[in-house]
Amino acid sequence: MARLNIRKTYKLYINGEFPRTESGRFYAIKGKGGELLANACRGSRKDLRNAIQAARKAFPVWSGKTAFNRGQILYRLAEVCEARAAELVDELRRQGSSAADAKREVAAVTDRWIYYAGWSDKYPQVFGSVNPVSGPYYNFTVPEPTGVVGVVSPEEPALLGLVSRIAPAIVGGNTVVALTSESRPLAAITLGEIFETSDVPGGVVNLISGLKSELIPWLASHMDVNAIDTTGVAEGAIAAIQKTAAENVKRVIHFNAGKIGWDDATRSQSPYAIFDFQEMKTVWHPIGM
Amino acid sequence: MSESLVTQSPVFPPAAFRRSIADALEMAHGVDATAAEERAASLAKRSLKKESKVWGLKLIISMMDLTTLEGKDTQGKVWALCQKAIRPDPSDRDIPHVAAVCVYPAMVPFVKQALAGTGIHIASVATGFPSGQTYIDIKVSETQQAVAAGADEIDMVIDRGAFLSGNYQKVFDEIAEVKEACGPAHLKVILETGELANYDQVRKASLIAMFAGADFIKTSTGKVTTNATLPVTLVMLEAIRDFLHATGKKIGMKPAGGIANAKLALAYLVLLYETMGSEWMTPDLFRFGASSLLNDVLMQLRKEKTGAYQSGDYFTLD
Amino acid sequence: MTTTTIETRDRLTPGAASSALVEWNYSPSLESTDHVKIQPRYNLFIGGKFVEPHSKRWFETINPATEETLSEMAEADAQDVDRAVKEARRAYDKTWRKLAASERSKYIYRIARLIQEKSRGLAIAETMNGGKPIKESRDVDVPLAAAHFFYYAGWADKLEYAFPNRNVSPVGVAGQIIPWNFPLLMAAWKLAPALAAGNTIVLKPAETTSITSMMLAEIIQEADLPPGVVNIITGAGATGAALVNHDDVDKIAFTGSTDVGKRIQRATAGTHKKLTLELGGKAPNIVFEDAPIDQAVEGIINGIYFNQGHVCCAGSRLFLQESILEPVVRKLRERIQTLRVGNPLDKNTDVGAINSRAQLEKIQELVESGVDEGAEIFQSSCTVPDRGFWFRPTFFTGVAQSSRIAQEEIFGPVLSVLTFRTPEEALEKANNTPYGLSAGIWTEKGSRILKMAQKLRAGVIWANTYNKFDPASPFGGYKESGFGREGGLHGLSPYVVLS
Repeated sequence: MARLNIRKTYKLYINGEFPRTESGRFYAIKGKGGELLANACRGSRKDLRNAIQAARKAFPVWSGKTAFNRGQILYRLAEVCEARAAELVDELRRQGSSAADAKREVAAVTDRWIYYAGWSDKYPQVFGSVNPVSGPYYNFTVPEPTGVVGVVSPEEPALLGLVSRIAPAIVGGNTVVALTSESRPLAAITLGEIFETSDVPGGVVNLISGLKSELIPWLASHMDVNAIDTTGVAEGAIAAIQKTAAENVKRVIHFNAGKIGWDDATRSQSPYAIFDFQEMKTVWHPIGM
Repeated sequence: MSESLVTQSPVFPPAAFRRSIADALEMAHGVDATAAEERAASLAKRSLKKESKVWGLKLIISMMDLTTLEGKDTQGKVWALCQKAIRPDPSDRDIPHVAAVCVYPAMVPFVKQALAGTGIHIASVATGFPSGQTYIDIKVSETQQAVAAGADEIDMVIDRGAFLSGNYQKVFDEIAEVKEACGPAHLKVILETGELANYDQVRKASLIAMFAGADFIKTSTGKVTTNATLPVTLVMLEAIRDFLHATGKKIGMKPAGGIANAKLALAYLVLLYETMGSEWMTPDLFRFGASSLLNDVLMQLRKEKTGAYQSGDYFTLD
Repeated sequence: MTTTTIETRDRLTPGAASSALVEWNYSPSLESTDHVKIQPRYNLFIGGKFVEPHSKRWFETINPATEETLSEMAEADAQDVDRAVKEARRAYDKTWRKLAASERSKYIYRIARLIQEKSRGLAIAETMNGGKPIKESRDVDVPLAAAHFFYYAGWADKLEYAFPNRNVSPVGVAGQIIPWNFPLLMAAWKLAPALAAGNTIVLKPAETTSITSMMLAEIIQEADLPPGVVNIITGAGATGAALVNHDDVDKIAFTGSTDVGKRIQRATAGTHKKLTLELGGKAPNIVFEDAPIDQAVEGIINGIYFNQGHVCCAGSRLFLQESILEPVVRKLRERIQTLRVGNPLDKNTDVGAINSRAQLEKIQELVESGVDEGAEIFQSSCTVPDRGFWFRPTFFTGVAQSSRIAQEEIFGPVLSVLTFRTPEEALEKANNTPYGLSAGIWTEKGSRILKMAQKLRAGVIWANTYNKFDPASPFGGYKESGFGREGGLHGLSPYVVLS
């Protein structure tokens, strides 16, 4: 008889731990042929609330790390993704990608971590400035992370799209609460394990699976979220988010994926993606004996 | 070493007080936090092996003020602590006894009984420990009664409210009054560094305490989140060093709370040695305010002796 | 209140600890050397392989703390240099230039990771070959070297953001010559930006300290860097001259003495070669009366005694505001006595050996001149070992601005102390030198820091700190301290052509 396999349970990733949704609900993830792949957690507003609390708590620690340290951690994420490539490719294939597409996607994920790792200690040199004001004052502008960022993952490519939005947010010192792809969350959920085993402190990235229509309004209205990334939101639904976001003047960021290939390095990764989640602080100090 | 255990201090006349606080404030120049923390961290990297480590560990025990300051302290608890103080490791006669046992005033008579004839000092907190938020005549009376009950040493707290609102004269005057109330007992002044804003304030408070008559300056009550740290200790020792140069008087120093293990305690000892030299390497001028530290030091000593890492099961809790 | 009598108690009898007034001698805490592999002989690293020198000649390299021979290094002659440049050119044209920038960055990340993995052996070798304390090699040199490779690895595929409105291309083949004071770190400072920008390299380490460069060659081989991209050739002045004079080298980068820098500048005049120089210094370290005094003393000590004073940016001229002369000099005297000078492999050593007999003699000569010219000398009373090259930490007070010890770079653990009354006077004296590499300012007043920084003619200014280095921070000099910057975005400029 063939050996019976152990089926993986796909849980949420909140505050460095893997709890089930507090609501006890699930929804079925089906494969190409309609076969059941897994029962994913149907995340609730309370899960979201807990994740945002964790992200807020983790923010001073994460933003307080040196740029070099954050860059090292992102590089480590690349190392672990490379090592676990086969597993990720397998999950993408089970969810419907071709072998070639899955391999390409996972390679692009690894390279994307490396790309953003390399920006950690450079983007302030590109986006900051010393400003020659009129008067005996030293005046400089530095970028600082905005805080807790809510990310809505694109539905496809489910893994690369998600990483492409998380990486620039966290390399810049922000912490993230992300809604995974609704139809294809499995690889993204495995990503949670990768964060946890790559020296990323708990709470820096939090991953919630579930129904976007249910969760997005709560993410958009939460008063302790500083910015929301709508890249993975259907075009028609964005206006409503922008309106709700006004309640605490959330920054609403959208990356227009459009026809761009997500694995096209020249268009789908850029330091401007980091810049989108930064605040610019300007400081004055007199010059004199 | 000094002849008498409990030194007599001259009583300052009021005019001298007002001159001294000005001296204290004048010497209170700034402290660069980054550099102070770097210096402390580099001293903590010293590597101590074999004989020099064993020597240090034994000195640490002889410098310890074994402490219990709980609302639930009883005669029984205090008696047991005193046995541990006298004989930290019953299986090893080479281990010295501690410097003092430190308790709340109500426990002083029990400590006096338990430590009779051992040479270990009796230290009592006073002045509304730990907050200090009470009346000056109560603080003075508490001090006098603790001394009368047998305390050799008084650990007082400064008025942090007065300090933080800039009323340095009040802080100074209170210390001077409590010093007078101590009589022959020696006075440790707790700055509660965890509540002070920065190292500049720690230096300032240290100088005020010393000019007001402190025999020892101490970091913490152990009752707040941040207690002794290496950089805070460094800053206080530097103030002591400057005070010595200005007045010729040697003041002792006591870090208290947060000295979790022997390795850290040795780092304090290195910091002391490289800042103040051999003169300060004595219980007369340096103490550790600790309780669980003792067993970790005993474990390290046993490891040096036997070569094997130790387990807590083999060392009595008290 | 009742008066009380306190019975006198017995003196504390702490047993073994009653020796409290005895010197606490830390037992030697030697880093064990048994897991570092120093080969008895090293060859040249050319075209991805280790090859014998054309002359079949090797020269000894020693441990300056013991004068024992550690290994033999190959002596590269003009033919070896030519061979190395040819390999670099071939690798540039055929391989490195063609590689996608993101792939180039991955090679550089590999080198960084390998340095981290092998850090202990590298630190020990660096200490044994150069004389610097193990705690410095371990905590400063090796981690910073890895960090430089990490930093520049990240730039490789981002160059279009570094130079607005310009097309960026590599220069071609770079010839790099590095000094003996931070051998591995200087190799990292040179190789990392050059590789990131797409150049290929021929590197010549200093003849007294080539071991860690050869260990780096082994790491480069292990990283599978395409052969010829980095070539490392050992030798002395003649080897360096051959490299500087080679026609097919597009760029020369040199760190070393001002004298040799000027010679190189003359030699490359009229050629197409781009040049950057990082030369000597005589940095002013200026302490105002409102400085945080004890931290300033630490900064002064670190500024001149770190790495035995073998630092181009060492704070070798201390300017004290006259009102604080006495307390600072007193504290310096006390602090200098706590510096532990001795076996560099002892983890507790603060100051190690002088790098070579030649350097020791230079230091001695200048110190004698200081005494002759009337300055007052103070030296640490520490003992030093019999064998090896040692100089006890020293400072001079009563130093005249015109004296040799105030003008010439000593490159040893010797400090000259001068005074000033006003900030303007400090500025004048600080700038009154042909050098301009670095400077230090100590004061609690922010506006004064910024004003002094504005007026000091130096490429690196440290305020309320000293000798801080980071791959993201540009480093380089004004005037005769050289030109060009290493580190940061600016560190890319020497290695690119903009069109």
